[in-house]
Amino acid sequence: MTITRRQMLGATAGAAVTLAFLPRLALAAAQSTDEAIMAFTKGATPTEGTVSLDTPEIAENGNTVPVGVSVDSPMTADNYVESVLILADGNPNPAVATFHFTALSGVAEAKTRIRLAKTQNVIAVARMNDGSVFIDRKEVKVTIGGCGG
Amino acid sequence: MADNKPRVKVPKKAAKGEVIAIKTLISHPMESGQRKDKAGNLVPRQIINKFTCEFNGQVVFTCDMDPAVSANPYLEFNVRVDEPGTFKFTWVDDDGSIYEAVNSIAVE
Repeated sequence: MTITRRQMLGATAGAAVTLAFLPRLALAAAQSTDEAIMAFTKGATPTEGTVSLDTPEIAENGNTVPVGVSVDSPMTADNYVESVLILADGNPNPAVATFHFTALSGVAEAKTRIRLAKTQNVIAVARMNDGSVFIDRKEVKVTIGGCGG
Repeated sequence: MADNKPRVKVPKKAAKGEVIAIKTLISHPMESGQRKDKAGNLVPRQIINKFTCEFNGQVVFTCDMDPAVSANPYLEFNVRVDEPGTFKFTWVDDDGSIYEAVNSIAVE
């Protein structure tokens, strides 16, 4: 069978559409992660440091992954951590949880357990009461995803 | 649901100004809205979306939760206690139900 010029063009166009579409799906999650960070920081670009994430390197079960976050801050009435946003950039919905601290918290530390759909980055963004923002990322390898089939 | 039993661990007493750790756990399926049942229909989302801790009526810690928080949500955080009093913990469900727990602490 010979392939006509028309068939060839059609096949190429189809492949091009699929190729263009696939990365867009992956980008969508990354974009909404960035959007969530920007909405949280009110447009400021967060700097590395001050906030630190405590995650396991490998999570066998993505249904319950222990995650801890701590922020280096004196936690006094005029210098404290307002909120910490936790994101997972590979989940269908990157938002995980937001902790709101007060000067009465003593130390800005919190722990919880989260779901991770696949191997991905967990991100913590901290916002201080003066508006400065800090970020930390950790990759967590997930053996069994936690989003149910 | 009557089986959403909150469990809270607060030290019975603390020194004045001490920073204490509080651990909380509540039974809840935290249905993410991503899961399908056997017939292939999406199970509607039902999670606890907000947690609040108050000490003597003043809010000290709150947490907004999204579906990515595991079933039976566990939270650990710290509070500085300057006076004796009572902690009130509140969980708010998507369906509007509110689960509460109260714990008191003595300060020496």
